[in-house]
Amino acid sequence: MSSVVDPVGRDGSAGPAGRDDAADPADRGPAGSTAAGSTAAGSTAVGPTAAGVAAAGEPAAPLLSARGLEVHFPIRRGLILDRTIGHVRAVDGVDLDLPRGGTYGLVGESGCGKSTLGRALLRLVEPTAGTVTMDGVDVLALKGEALRMQRRRMQMVFQDPLSSLDPRQSVESILSEPLQTHRVVSGSAARATRVRELLDTVGLPASAAGRYPHEFSGGQRQRIGIARAVALEPALIIADEPVSALDVSIQAQIVNLLEELQERLGLTYLVIAHDLAVVRHISDVIGVMYLGVVVEQTASRRLYTEPLHPYTRALMSAVPIPDPDLEDSRQRILLSGDLPSPANPPSGCRFRTRCPWVQETRCADEVPPLREVRPDHVVACHWAEQIDAGEIRPRADAIV
Amino acid sequence: MSLLEVEDLSVVFSRRGRRDVRAVDGVSFSVDAGQTLGVVGESGSGKSVTSLAIMGLLPRRGAAVGGEVTFGGRKLLGMRRDELRDLRGKELAMIFQDPLSALNPVVPIGRQVTEVLTRHRGMTGTDARREAARLLDLVGIPDPDRRLREYPHQLSGGMRQRALIAMAVACQPKLLIADEPTTALDVTIQAQILELLKELVRQEGTALVLITHDLGVVAGLCDRVNVMYSGRIVEAADRRTLFVDPRHPYTTGLLGSIPRLDSAEGAPLLPIPGSPTDTLPWSSACAFAPRCARSLEVCTTVTPDLEPDGRRALRCHNPVPAEEAAAVGAEGRRE
Ligand SMILES: Nc1ncnc2c1ncn2[C@@H]1O[C@H](COP(=O)(O)OP(=O)(O)OP(=O)(O)O)[C@@H](O)[C@H]1O
Ligand SMILES: Nc1ncnc2c1ncn2[C@@H]1O[C@H](COP(=O)(O)OP(=O)(O)OP(=O)(O)O)[C@@H](O)[C@H]1O
Ligand code: SF4
Ligand SMILES: [Mg+2]
Ligand SMILES: [Mg+2]
Repeated sequence: MSSVVDPVGRDGSAGPAGRDDAADPADRGPAGSTAAGSTAAGSTAVGPTAAGVAAAGEPAAPLLSARGLEVHFPIRRGLILDRTIGHVRAVDGVDLDLPRGGTYGLVGESGCGKSTLGRALLRLVEPTAGTVTMDGVDVLALKGEALRMQRRRMQMVFQDPLSSLDPRQSVESILSEPLQTHRVVSGSAARATRVRELLDTVGLPASAAGRYPHEFSGGQRQRIGIARAVALEPALIIADEPVSALDVSIQAQIVNLLEELQERLGLTYLVIAHDLAVVRHISDVIGVMYLGVVVEQTASRRLYTEPLHPYTRALMSAVPIPDPDLEDSRQRILLSGDLPSPANPPSGCRFRTRCPWVQETRCADEVPPLREVRPDHVVACHWAEQIDAGEIRPRADAIV
Repeated sequence: MSLLEVEDLSVVFSRRGRRDVRAVDGVSFSVDAGQTLGVVGESGSGKSVTSLAIMGLLPRRGAAVGGEVTFGGRKLLGMRRDELRDLRGKELAMIFQDPLSALNPVVPIGRQVTEVLTRHRGMTGTDARREAARLLDLVGIPDPDRRLREYPHQLSGGMRQRALIAMAVACQPKLLIADEPTTALDVTIQAQILELLKELVRQEGTALVLITHDLGVVAGLCDRVNVMYSGRIVEAADRRTLFVDPRHPYTTGLLGSIPRLDSAEGAPLLPIPGSPTDTLPWSSACAFAPRCARSLEVCTTVTPDLEPDGRRALRCHNPVPAEEAAAVGAEGRRE
C-alpha cells in the first residue's frame, strides 16, 4: 500500500503495515511504538500533526508533543508477596500534538484512557514509556525546581468543581494560594488585587472572594476552578470533562468562557469530554481514543462529515441530535457489548471484537498503524479506504 | 381515558425548621399505551419527584402529595400499600438513573430476575431460570447463563442498566417510567438501550415516560414532551412542534444553548444567563423571569397560567414570536 505514510515520525520498526508477530503482547504498543522507537520524532514528522490542521495559516510548531506515550498500571495480587500479575494498559502508545493557541479535543468511551493521558502529560501520573516535549523541553526529564516551573505553565480544570475545591478555603484563599506558592505576586495587597482581577476575568463579582465554594452554584464553582487554572498565566490548560457535571443551560456559559479566555490569553487547550457535540464545537482538532490508543485524528469539522474509522462512525451515529426529522431518518450503527478490559486488549485491531466491518484477514493478527488516509486525517484501520468506498459493508444487524 | 392520567399533581416537602419545598406544582398530563412521553428540565425541576409520586415511592412522612393519578381507571394516590406494591413491578415499572442503587448488591443478578418472575408471573425453577436467561439475552447481555450467576458489582454500568431493564420487562408492565436511564452511560451504550426501549414500546405497546435532560434523546424517541421548570410544566407539545416551533423562552433558551453535532461551524452558543437557583415563586410570578430575556414587568408580579393553544400548552406572558422560534428551532439550526 503505497499511500501509507508514517504521520508521526515513528522509526518504522513495525513496518508500514504494523505486522506484529511478537510473542509477548506486553512488549508491544499498537503500532510498534516502543519507548525507543518513539524518540525518533522530529524532523521526519509530516502531515497531520494537530498544528497542521489548526489555524488557517502556516502550521506553527505544536506547543506540546507526545510520542509513544504509555501509562501501564500494575495489577497487584497477594497480601504478603504483593506480586504484579499484569498491567492495565490505560494509555498504550499515543502520539499527540497540541496546536499552539488551539484546542485539541479528546473523545472516547469511559475507561479508554482519556484522563490518564491528560494526567500523564502533566506528570500527575508518571508515564511508563514515551516522550513529552513542550516548547522543546523534555517534560519527563524535569526534576525539582525545573519541574515546578514547568507545572506553572500547565494547569488542569476538573469535571467536578466542588470536589476539586477545598470546602474550608474561601475563594480569596483558593485563588491567592498559587500566587503565593509560586511567588508570582508578592504582598497581600497586590495578591488581593490580582484575585479581583481573576474573578472579573471569569465573570464573577468581586464580592465572591469572601465566600466559600458551597455557597456557589455548579456553574459558578466551575468559574472559580477556571480562575484558579489561569491564575499563573499558563500556556496550556487540560480540561477534563469541564462541563459534564453542569446543567445543560449552564454548559454553554462555561464553553463560551473557555473560548473567550483562549482568545484573550492565547491559551492552548486539551479538552477531554464525552459529549461529542460539545467537543466538536470547541475543538480545532479531535482525537478519538479506543482502549488506550488513538484510532482517528483530524480537523473537528471533518470528523462528523467524514468519519473514517469504524469506531468513529459508530460513535458519531450514536450521538442524538435535537432534530426529530433528522433523528427519524438517521441510520444508527449499533455496537454490541462493552469495552474490553485494558489489561488484556484484543490482538490485532483493538476494536475488532465490536467492529461491524471486521474482516477475516488482518483485523485479528495485524495491529493497524495510524496512517494518513487523507491529507491531515489519520486513521488506524486496515480497511478504511474500502469501507469508505462502500466495498466492505457492515454486518447487517448492526444497522438500525 | 388514557392509561395514565395525572391531574394537578403537587408534592410539598416539609421539614421542621425549614421552609417547605414545593417540588412539583400543578402538573397534569396523560400517556396512552404504545406512547412515549418525554420529560425534560434542569436539575431540581421536579422530574424525579413527579415519577416517584406516581409510583407511590415518596416517603409518607414529610412529603405531601396532592392531585389525582389514575392508572388503568384506578386511583393510585391513597391506594392501599399492599395493593400498590402488587401493581408495581407488575403493571407499573420504573428504571432509575443509578442502576447500582436499584439492585440488591448481595444477591446474584439471576435470582433478582427470577424473583420478579416468581412474584408476578408465578414461574419457578427451571422455567424461571430459562425465562431469565431469555430476558438477559433480549436486552443484549452476552453470555446470559454466566451473567445470571454474577453479582451487580461484577457488571459494567451498561450491563447493570440492561439487567434492570430486563427486570422491568420481566413483568410485562403496561407503563414504564425511565428516569435518566442512559445518563451515566457512553453514547454507544446509550444507543443500544434506547433502541431496546423503542422496541418495547413498538412491540409490547408499553407506555413509556422517559425523563432526561438530553434534548437529542427526546427528539429521537418521544411522541410528546413536557418541559418543566422549577416544579411546573412550562411548555408541553408533540415532539415536532416542540423542536421546530418552540415558544417558551426557556425551551428556546435550551435549544439555543446546546451545540449540535451537525451545526454550522462557528455557530455561537447562546447560553441562558444565571443559574437554575435564580427563581421567583410561581405563586406570584414566573419562576423563570430572573433569567428570561423576554421578561416583562407582569412576569415578576403575576403567575402565568398554562394555556392550551391548539397544538401545545404554554405558560408564558410573553412567548417567543414565530420567526424567532423558527430560527432556534430544529430546522433553523440545520446546516
Ligand atoms: N491509578 C490507577 N490504577 C489502576 N488502574 C487505573 C488507574 N487510573 C485509571 N486506571 C484504569 O485505566 C483505564 C483508563 O482510565 P481513565 O480514567 O483514564 O479513563 P477515561 O477515558 O478518563 O474514562 P472516563 O470517561 O470514565 O473518565 C481504566 O481501565 C481505569 O480503570
Ligand atoms: N426527599 C426530599 N426531601 C426534600 N426535598 C426533596 C426531596 N427529594 C427532592 N427534593 C427537592 O425537590 C426538588 C425536585 O427534585 P427532583 O429530584 O424531582 O429534581 P429532578 O428534576 O429530578 O432533578 P435532576 O435532573 O437533578 O435529577 C428539588 O428542589 C429537590 O431538592
Ligand atoms: S475493519 Fe478491522 S481494522 Fe478496521 S476498525 Fe474494524 S476491526 Fe479494526
Ligand atoms: Mg476520565
Ligand atoms: Mg432526577
